[in-house]
Parts: sequence; C-alpha cells; structure tokens
Amino acid sequence: MTVRTAELLMAIMMGIFSIYLMVKSNELPVGWIKGSGPGGGTWPFWLSAIMLISCCGILFNWFRKHGPVASSTKTYIQAHVLMDVGAVAASLIVTVALFSFIGIYGALPLFLMFYLRFLGRHTWWLSGTLSILIPVVIFYFFEITLKIILPKGITEPLFLPLYKMFF
Amino acid sequence: MLETLQLLGDGFLVVFEPQNLMLIIGGCALGLFIGAMPGLGSVNGVAILLPLTFLVPPTGAIIFLAAIYYGAMYGGAISSIMLGIPGASTAVATTFDGRPLAKQGLADKALTAAAVASFVGGSISVVLFTFFAPPLAHVALVFGAPEEFALMMLAFATFVGLGGDDIFKTIFSISIGLVLSAIGFDIISGEPRLVLWDITGFLHGVNFLVLAIGIYGIGEMLWTVEEHALGGGESMLSEATVTVKRTLANLRELVGTWKTMLMGSVLGYFVGILPAAGATPGSLMAYGIAKQISSHPEKFGKGNVEGVVAPEAANNAASTGSMLPMLTLGIPGSPTTAILLGGMVIWGLEPGPRLFTDHSEFVWGLIASLYAANLFAVIINLAFIPVFIRILKTPFTILAPIIFVLCLIGGYAPTESMHDVWLMIIFGIVGYLMRKLDYPLAPAVLAIVLGPLAEPALRQSLIISDGEFSIFFTRTYAGPIMIIAILLLFLPLLKIIYDRLRKPKAQVQ
Repeated sequence: MTVRTAELLMAIMMGIFSIYLMVKSNELPVGWIKGSGPGGGTWPFWLSAIMLISCCGILFNWFRKHGPVASSTKTYIQAHVLMDVGAVAASLIVTVALFSFIGIYGALPLFLMFYLRFLGRHTWWLSGTLSILIPVVIFYFFEITLKIILPKGITEPLFLPLYKMFF
Repeated sequence: MLETLQLLGDGFLVVFEPQNLMLIIGGCALGLFIGAMPGLGSVNGVAILLPLTFLVPPTGAIIFLAAIYYGAMYGGAISSIMLGIPGASTAVATTFDGRPLAKQGLADKALTAAAVASFVGGSISVVLFTFFAPPLAHVALVFGAPEEFALMMLAFATFVGLGGDDIFKTIFSISIGLVLSAIGFDIISGEPRLVLWDITGFLHGVNFLVLAIGIYGIGEMLWTVEEHALGGGESMLSEATVTVKRTLANLRELVGTWKTMLMGSVLGYFVGILPAAGATPGSLMAYGIAKQISSHPEKFGKGNVEGVVAPEAANNAASTGSMLPMLTLGIPGSPTTAILLGGMVIWGLEPGPRLFTDHSEFVWGLIASLYAANLFAVIINLAFIPVFIRILKTPFTILAPIIFVLCLIGGYAPTESMHDVWLMIIFGIVGYLMRKLDYPLAPAVLAIVLGPLAEPALRQSLIISDGEFSIFFTRTYAGPIMIIAILLLFLPLLKIIYDRLRKPKAQVQ
C-alpha cells in the first residue's frame, strides 16, 4: 500500500467517524433552547461537522495530488517494519488483555520477558532480572507510596499478606 | 513598595525555618521526579500528595505542594527531551525542539536550556508576582466567559496560523480533541453525551492523559520502533557527554536567547494569571511567537534551542502566574491550583483578597517559598543532568519496554479504569498511523485539555448575549483577542494570496 492510498483510506475512515460523531451528538438537542442557551449536542455536533469538512478538504487535496503525502508513491509500512511494530503492538494488546485475568503483576513480567528476551535479544539473566525487578519497583512506588491499587485479577489473594504488612 | 519588601522579608523568615526549608527541597526533588514520569504531572502529584500535608501546618503544606508544582514544571521537560514524551501537558511544546536536539546528541544542551529558561521564567514571574499582584488581579477580575473563550480561540488559532502543518489536518486534530473532551456528560443539562457505541466506560469521559500518553507514549514508541527497524533510530543513542567545558559553552549560547526567555517569561506569566488558561496554552503560545519573531523560523522543530527556551520559561512563569488569581480572587488559574485551592479550604483558609490581610504570614511565606523553590529546583535539575543523559545511553530495547510499562500504568492510574488503558492503546496505534501521514497530533492534546473549559465559556457567553456572536467582538478585552485569533486563523490563506500576487510580478521581472 502506498502512502497516497493510506492517505485516502484514513481520510475516508475519519470522515465516516465524523459522521458517526455528528449522529451521536444529535441525540441531545443541537439547536438553541429558549431560556437555557445552546443545547447539549450543539458543541460536539458542529465540531464533528468541522472534522467532516476537514476530511473533505484532505480528500480535495488528495484528488489534485497537492502536498507531499497526497502525491507520495512510497510504501506506507514496509513488511519488516510491520513485523517489528506489529509484534510490539500485539504484545501490548495481549498484556492489557491479561491484566484482568492474571493481574498486572502476572502480565508485566511476561511482557517484559517477551520484549527483552525475544525482541531485544538480551541475555536470559538480564531479561529475568529486569522482568522481576521492575514490577517490584512499581508495586512499591504505586501501591505503597502513592496508594494507587493496580488490577490483580486472580492473583489478588497473594497480595493480602503484603497489604497487611504495609497498611 | 517598602511595605511589600518588608512583608516579603517576613515571608523569608518563614521559609528559612528548618522544617519549611526541608519541605521545599523535598518537594522540588519529588516534583522533578513526578514531572519527569510520563503520565504523572504536577496535577497528579499535588492531588495524590495533598492528604499527606495534613501532617504539617497550612503554611508548610502549601509550601510543600507549591514546590512539587514548581519542580514538576522543571521535570516535565526532562521526559520531553530524553524520551520525546511530555511528562505533563505543560511540556508538550518542549518536545517540538527538545526531542530533535536529543536525537542530534545534544540532550545536555536541551536540558541545560530547559533548566536555565525555567529558572529565568520562574524568577521573572515571581518578581512580577510580588510587585504587580494587586493591579493585575484587578484586570483579571473583569474577565468573563467571552474573554476566556476568546483566549482559547487564540491558542487554537496559533496552531493553525503558525503550526506550519497541513491546515485541514491541523483543524481536524483540534476538532477531534475538542469532541473527545465533550464525551461523558453534558455539563449544563447533566445528560449523558456521546457515549460511543453505548460503551459505559465513556460515561466518565476521556481523560486528557489517556490521549496524551496514547499519542506521546505508545504512539511515539511505536514510531521509534519503526525508526529502529529502518536503521535510523540509532541517532537517539548518540553521544551526549556532559563536561564542564560543554556546559559552559551551552550556558554561553543561552545568553544569546535572553530575548526569547524574557518574552516567554512575561507571556507565560500573563497567560498563567488568566483563569482557565494556564501553563499549557502559555507554553504553546510562547513557542509559536518565538518561531514567528525568530530570524530563522525554519530551524524550529528541528532542534532550535530557542524552541526549548520559550515554552520552558513560559510554563514556569505561568505556574507562578496561575497562583495569583487563586490567592487574590479565589479563582484557580490552572487545574493544579484548583487542587491547591481545595486544600486551602480544608486547612480553614478563605481564599480571596482578605487572605492578604488576615493570613499575611501564609501568603508571603508562599511567595517567598517560590523564590527559594526556584533556586533549589534549578540546582537539583542541573546537578542531575548527567543522570538523565545516562538514561538515554541505555539500549533502546531495554528502555522501550520500561516506557511501555510506565505508559500502561500511567494510563490506568488517573482513573483506575481498564477502559482507559484500552482507549490509550487505540489512541497510540491510530496516532502512530496518522503521524505517518503528517497529521499534527499536538493540537488534539491541547484541545482535549482546553475543551472542558472552552465549551462552558462559549455557552455562557451565548447565554449572556442571547445567541449573538457579536459579544466576542464588542467587549473591551474579548474583541482585540478574538480579532488577533481570526487573523492568525486566516494567516495561511493570506500567505497563499500574497504569494500568488507576488508570483506573476516576479515572473514579469
């Protein structure tokens, strides 16, 4: 896919999203309500309309091949870049999905291990040490110092003795 | 004048009590760290640590929180420069030139510039604060909703007129940021609004940090992963050594930017005073103006020191400025001062003009502490520059997963909702794909911060005027601000017309 094609697809998708936002804003009154000023939907509705107009502008520039992006015939994402960026993005999605099941302290070591050992190609020793050390630091800083409780999923019971110790 | 100096002297006596001095140093160090953490800014730091301050008297408490606020303004620049992720929204503009400098191996230069500019901005503004407080408070007092809205329009127009990016994409970016900020509940009628795909998580709105960390954390990191895959990312790790000689040379070069520092400081201070404006638009406006008045505007965004100096001087000046309406009028000038204001009420102090007479020790202690905090923050900051440089020397494949982890937690921490973490990932990936197509994303982040302030300002103005838009042009202060905003908005168009008119002439010649 060329950059030019990607530009077209993005403008169309964002245009559709703008229309969706306009429809959604329309659930609340968009016009002037006597006695209480503009309705609740007015502000997002007209802004979404401006988004749509901007998308039309981008499409207009696309048709007349105006600007470096609209006229570029380079590849949008090369295959090997897609592999690298895709692997990182996918591992992030899997990690976040795991937060609710095995908790942040189950998912983070797995993510760190995967990234350091397989994407970063560091030694098992370094990968293992960091994968354990970082979550421990995070636990101390966020849960103990700042008192922000992070999701634990099924690992919750394991933390009860720790809480008893600190609080 | 003499009376002011005497009161300030009394304030310094409060500051030099050992406990208060320790609170200032501790607060500055903590603020620097919080500011440097992507996702945690002065607002989070002050909000989270507010309950801890009940252990000390009100004066000590506000001194501590103000030092955190101050330190965070310095710290925000550190992650902007070293990681390309603004530590807080106030440091967004610092990434524009600070990041390119770090990539060129000149991270020490950018960090020194940020620290010195912050110090200058802080010093100028605190002097202004001390001596010009009463008359300036008077001006801000007459500002109503139309003036606030006009100011925000000016901030957006700066992006369109001076951003230099594709105009349609810039306007799209601003609008989507504002629409995202409208998600949740309608502020006036209280009805649920824009609950996208009826997912209940949208009921609590889209926190600006979710978008900011998504774009500047996840998106930026994906971008860097791509640069590495293409073999161009190694420049990020290039040599950036700190030696006395280099630091002196950096400082010498900074002397040449005094005009920009002065402009940023004064502008930041005045924007900071205005309720609902604050450090973020102040620093962005300072960046825009620095670019415009520079004799080399084309160097901006590519690693120009002036592009670091202007926003950093402005955001520190604005943080001091934003305390002025908080203390004198009881109107917070920024989200952080809103929390400080909440603290003052809990401590049993009534914000407003009477604070100066009834609790002068508290007020002047705070003002004097700003002088001290400014000095300590710059010393701590400069002393730790080698440490920050070392962070950059860590291999990217070690740094990247750590940053991703911080982003994931930073996205979760403000609202403690998994919905926000998912949203952040989506913003990150879409932001990365859009950035590859030259969509400017900073305006979206600015817009989502200002949106919740802009909408009520617009609606209140229209209610006052019974739907007449002329209210923005007929008022003494709103009028000129709005006209400047509109001129800036049409600046790119005027440029095109100007170029078209000149071209035929040039061809004839």
